[in-house]
Amino acid sequence: MRRYFGRKLLIYAVTFFVAVTVDWVIPRFMPGDPVQTMLARASLRPEASQAMQAYYTGVFGLDVPLWRQYLNFWGALVHGDLGVSIWLFPQPVTGIILRAIPYTLALLVPAILLSWWAGNKFGAYAARRRWLDNTVLPVGYVLTATPYMWLGILLAWALATEARLFPIAGGYSFDVEPSWSPRFAGNLLGHWFLPFASLFLVGFGGWAIGMRNLIIYELEADYAHYLEALGAPQRLVRRYAYHNALLPQLTGLALQLGVIVAGALVTEIVFSYPGLGYLILQAINNQDFFLIQGAFLFIIIGVLVANFCVDVAYVLVDPRTRTGMRGAT
Amino acid sequence: MTLRVDNLKVWYRTPRGEVQALDGVSFGVADGEIVGLAGESGCGKSTLGRSLIRLDAAMRHVDGTVELDGKELPIADDERMSGFRFKEVSIIPQYAMSALNPTRRIGGMLAELLESRGVGMAGVRDELRRRLELVGLDAEVLDRYPIELSGGMKQRMVMVISTMLNPSLLIADEVTSALDVSTQKAVAETLVEFRDRHYVKSTLFITHDLSLVYQIADSIVVMYAGRLAEKAPTDTLVAAPRHPYTRMLLAALPEVGVRYGARRLQGIPGSPPSLLTPPTGCRFRDRCPLAFDKCATQPPFVEVAPDHLVACWKAG
Amino acid sequence: MTVSDADELAAATPAAATPVTVAGVRGRREALQVARRNRKLLVGLAVVLVFLAVAVVGPLLTDHGPNEYVGPPAQRPSARWWFGTTMFGQDVFAQFAHGLRATFLVGLLGGGLAAVIGMVVGFTAGYRGGAADEALSMLTNVVLVIPTLAVLLIIATYLRVRGVVPEAIFIGLFSWPWVARAIRAQTFSLRTRDFVDLARLSGVGGARIVLREIVPNMSSYLFMTFILLFGGSVLMAATLDFIGLGPTEGISLGLMMNNAVLWSALPLGMWWWFVPPGLGITMIVGALYIMNVGLDEVFNPRLREL
Repeated sequence: MRRYFGRKLLIYAVTFFVAVTVDWVIPRFMPGDPVQTMLARASLRPEASQAMQAYYTGVFGLDVPLWRQYLNFWGALVHGDLGVSIWLFPQPVTGIILRAIPYTLALLVPAILLSWWAGNKFGAYAARRRWLDNTVLPVGYVLTATPYMWLGILLAWALATEARLFPIAGGYSFDVEPSWSPRFAGNLLGHWFLPFASLFLVGFGGWAIGMRNLIIYELEADYAHYLEALGAPQRLVRRYAYHNALLPQLTGLALQLGVIVAGALVTEIVFSYPGLGYLILQAINNQDFFLIQGAFLFIIIGVLVANFCVDVAYVLVDPRTRTGMRGAT
Repeated sequence: MTLRVDNLKVWYRTPRGEVQALDGVSFGVADGEIVGLAGESGCGKSTLGRSLIRLDAAMRHVDGTVELDGKELPIADDERMSGFRFKEVSIIPQYAMSALNPTRRIGGMLAELLESRGVGMAGVRDELRRRLELVGLDAEVLDRYPIELSGGMKQRMVMVISTMLNPSLLIADEVTSALDVSTQKAVAETLVEFRDRHYVKSTLFITHDLSLVYQIADSIVVMYAGRLAEKAPTDTLVAAPRHPYTRMLLAALPEVGVRYGARRLQGIPGSPPSLLTPPTGCRFRDRCPLAFDKCATQPPFVEVAPDHLVACWKAG
Repeated sequence: MTVSDADELAAATPAAATPVTVAGVRGRREALQVARRNRKLLVGLAVVLVFLAVAVVGPLLTDHGPNEYVGPPAQRPSARWWFGTTMFGQDVFAQFAHGLRATFLVGLLGGGLAAVIGMVVGFTAGYRGGAADEALSMLTNVVLVIPTLAVLLIIATYLRVRGVVPEAIFIGLFSWPWVARAIRAQTFSLRTRDFVDLARLSGVGGARIVLREIVPNMSSYLFMTFILLFGGSVLMAATLDFIGLGPTEGISLGLMMNNAVLWSALPLGMWWWFVPPGLGITMIVGALYIMNVGLDEVFNPRLREL
């Protein structure tokens, strides 16, 4: 098991290293003085411009050798200093992002967990009944083929604009003051529901189909046939099949994390939901490179952490990894 | 008679039509007998073995009956059959190496299997340990995952599991096909041991390897193209086979000590007929050196000597 | 999106992989016959071809560019404007048809590139083993974990002008890891098979063995993989375009949705602006997935309904 985690952590470490390096390298490959180019593109007040220049020259600066610039970048990163936002000057990037993160997590975590769990259960169930299978399958394929943002748009249009059941935008209503009250919580939930539902549905479709196919495959496996030949009841065989099918589904979850996160970001944009995605959109529109870079790093870290969580879950579900054997991964 | 099979017909559904894999098979297995079921690939021996315990989705019971210990086996009725499985009829499958759930400890899986059949693990634990010892496995193997066992160990484990509830009839489906010679010997001897210790009443040993089965079987049944060719006590079959197919099969076996520069190995030229559209009459007709015009009618599987049945016009 | 997953993982676990068969001539002919009768394959293919036709012919039916202001703003669909007009009076149908072109281009290029990279990496790692395998596996794992969107975020931010082709190339550069993994696993298992040994004994070199013996065996699987990559690229491009990281010129389906949301199509209920692009993507990708299921049935006799 140590080998298993060791290998995973090594990959994540390398990935993080590569990502940070990419983040640092890209601006340097642009022609011209990267700082000037950036500052020129963003229209800044003179005093802001000078403060930025001074700060970033320290990090990018031509007065210091390349390797030292690189190390400075890492140094700042380790201190949680991702620079200052151009668009929302003089707020530090880290702070801006940290304010948006909870909204994104509030969407992502329940959506991932629920859609995975519900999709798996449903897919397994669908594999049992023909009529259910015949409806679930096409619906699942359609859902999983749906781009995340379009489902969000449809839900927003159908349930918000037309049916007026839910609000169409924002994290909470503009006329409500944030507070620790049930009313505010209700308001938050109301705004949260549609984006969450959108994320949930797309994921659900995919997992349901995946599980359905895997269960069918598992039920054709030798161990299933053996158990049936020995008269084991269907529920025992299905229980084993389900558990074994969870393993590739878990691996699949890890593979999909990048896509799901991207999906969450675009869904937020549809609903102007004040999470990381919406923040990125505004950063792009306002050409706030430092905010974008900060968001990039946060996304990377988030995905790495999520991957690691899935790895831990995998060890829990596949007992073979605990005994020191390599499982299916 | 432990097992009585009467005119059993089991066909396979395929996209191209129905394969008449088992086309009217009748024979019996006595108490305590080890019957070898031999034949080349595709002759229907595995179908026969499997249809006695579980018909999979593609198999269709067309005709015939099976009786075990005087009771009829409802082979076409999956639900009613499950009462008999494991307890009266059991199988050591062809795929024994992969028959164990990879993500469950062997002991855990066995306990859950037994519980689901209404047998408490606690009650059989001692007996289980004894049997594991018999096949040369340590009791701690129950705490292991299948992946930690070698192929041979898994094979032996499956043999113990399949016979745990002392079935009347054990079907050993090509259990030696994938093994090396010394392991084959061990497995064959274990099957005899199981019978001698009354863990199993009768055994149906399915194989394509005549040279192996004749060493442990009391009787041998030879199948060809979905039908029975010959059945006789082992010594009789080997010494004085009456069906041309059996004779040619035996002649095709290499002898230890004979060099084949002098005498070429005899094969049987030709190949078995397609069972999608089987020919009328005796199915061995096209390859048989003794064939004559009467062979256009299927010869009945009749007793030509005590306990010796043959399906050939020339054998009477 | 997660349907490709089950396929990816079914492939990544070697035992679960679409069994590789030594397809002879008879096998191919039979496959064609079954293919012609497979409903899922036919329906899926038909849908894709219909959209392809729209993409090719559609822009020729309009005499104006997709972004030109040609009509009164915010018009519902009518005989004149089949899909209505945008907030600025642009022809939604023209945008749709041109956007479809971008979609197919991205799918083809992005999917194709990812397929090629995945195959090269996968076959090399699987066939060579050893140090090459270790290095390539590390590369695969790193690219796998990095979310495509994040990297494109950084890259696209600094590029002033972006086109469909660079977008497709970027997508292709990051979508291949699961393919490489699956192919590697398959190659491992095929490498030890007899016909490969035979080729090696007769002195044939490594690359030729891969090309002549292993690839033809996996051809059905590779084709299905390409279809999945095609669909994946289309979805990824839509996402990128929607955020505003897509091509800076022209139009695409994702960009249409971006504009629609940006210019309040939602609260105003201008459904003709945002429904067609999303529907188009959903139908194309959905049709591709269904085609894949059909293909699986064709190539995998075991899955065929009895």
